[in-house]
Formats: sequence, C-alpha cells, structure tokens
Amino acid sequence: MEKTIGNKTIDVNDQGYLTDFSQWDKEVATELAKEKGIDLTDKHWEVIEYLQNKHKNEEALSIRGIKKSGVINIKEFYNLFPGGPLKVSTLIAGIPKPKSCI
Amino acid sequence: MATKVKKMLFILSKATLDNVYAAFIMANGARMEGIEAEIFFTFFGLEAIQKKKLEHLHVATVGNPAMHIPTLLGGLPGMEAIATKMMKNEMEKLDMPPVGEFLEILSDSGVNLWACKLAVEMFHLKEEDLIDELDGILTIGDFYNRVEEDGTHMLFI
Repeated sequence: MEKTIGNKTIDVNDQGYLTDFSQWDKEVATELAKEKGIDLTDKHWEVIEYLQNKHKNEEALSIRGIKKSGVINIKEFYNLFPGGPLKVSTLIAGIPKPKSCI
Repeated sequence: MATKVKKMLFILSKATLDNVYAAFIMANGARMEGIEAEIFFTFFGLEAIQKKKLEHLHVATVGNPAMHIPTLLGGLPGMEAIATKMMKNEMEKLDMPPVGEFLEILSDSGVNLWACKLAVEMFHLKEEDLIDELDGILTIGDFYNRVEEDGTHMLFI
C-alpha cells in the first residue's frame, strides 16, 4: 500500500515496513521515527547504518548480533528504540522486519 | 502499543536445557515485541542461575519419549552428555547463545531475574553462588505482587 510521509510517497506492507528500499532516504527515516515518537540522534544513525549494512550483506539480524556488533550495547539499543528495538529500528532503516525468534 | 499482552511472568522450575531455553526465548521474544518480562527461578530452575552449574545443564534422555532413545540406553553413562552436545551444536548453528550469555542478554534487555527464597534456602545456596545479573531473592508472594496492570500473563515451566 502507499503511504504519504512528509512530501514523499512510499510503498509499505501492512505492518508499515518499506517494500522498496530505493525509496528510503534520511528524510523518510526521520519521519518514520517521528511516528514512533523518536528523534533521531547521531547514535541512531550509526545503528541504522549498521542494520542496513547487515541487510545488504544478507546477514540475519538478532539481539545477540547487536551485543557483538561493537556499535551499540543491548541496554542502549532498548533505550534508543523503545517498544521492541529490532522491530522499530528496522522499520526506520527501511529494511524488512527480522524473522528470527532470538 | 497495540499489543494486548503487556507483561509476561515466567516461573522456571526445571533445569533441563529444553525447558530453560523455552523460558529464555519466550522472555527475550517478549522484550523484542515491547512486552515486559520477568523470570522467577525456583526449585531445579535455580541451576540455571548458579554460576558453577549454568553451563553444564543437560537434556533429559530418560523419560523423554521425544528423544527417541530407548529408556535403557538413555540411562547409560555419557548418554546425556552426548545428546546435550548434539543439541548445543544445533543451537549454535541457529546463533542461540549459551546459557550464561543468554542471561546477560536478558538482563540487558530489561528482563527482571528473581530467585525463589524458599528454594534458595532448601538448596542451601548463598547469594554469591548465583549470577551477578540476579535482581534479587523473592517469595512467591512478592512475585505475584509484581503484577500491577491488566494484560499480565503468568507461565509455569
């Protein structure tokens, strides 16, 4: 389905995740984050970049991976993206919701 | 939050690897969905939070039909160790953390970890025997009183 965000139109699935990554840019991310009540800081961007790189390399995302990432620790991750950090951060990063249970 | 479940309370009373992982994965899965989670370790479940024991938990090869090992063979020396090693290998392939690391992840994720007072006394355990991430030692009554809102569910494992 289509969604208008800021002055752009993006394609998202029924859970609000972007279906075409080429539509993603920093403005889209900022607006998606706002909808979740998050103001993106430098640390947020660092995490988003990490997630996008993992996705590009087809590496699965998990909370254990975050622990080993060297980018952020788990406590900070929960603080930065409240309400389910991997779920929320991947939505803002414009990549699919991780399917892993861990 | 649109979710109806707001908080999950787990009581872990067993120390077989499959039960411990069930509790850990469900607690972690709750946090990942923005749901609060707490675990109350009681009776044999306390093995999972004892520094010296937590990396040596086993799967049960006797009295466990799903293992498909005849009971007589399952009781032979070393059988539990072999079965456990095989299961741990499979779990590592799925990037499942070992028990100690999993407890760190749970604690960092905001899962409260509690030891049962009665069971701690029964097994003559001291606080220093238990993991550093432990949030405290509670009575079951204290644990019940941690329910403050609708949408809280309790699960006995």
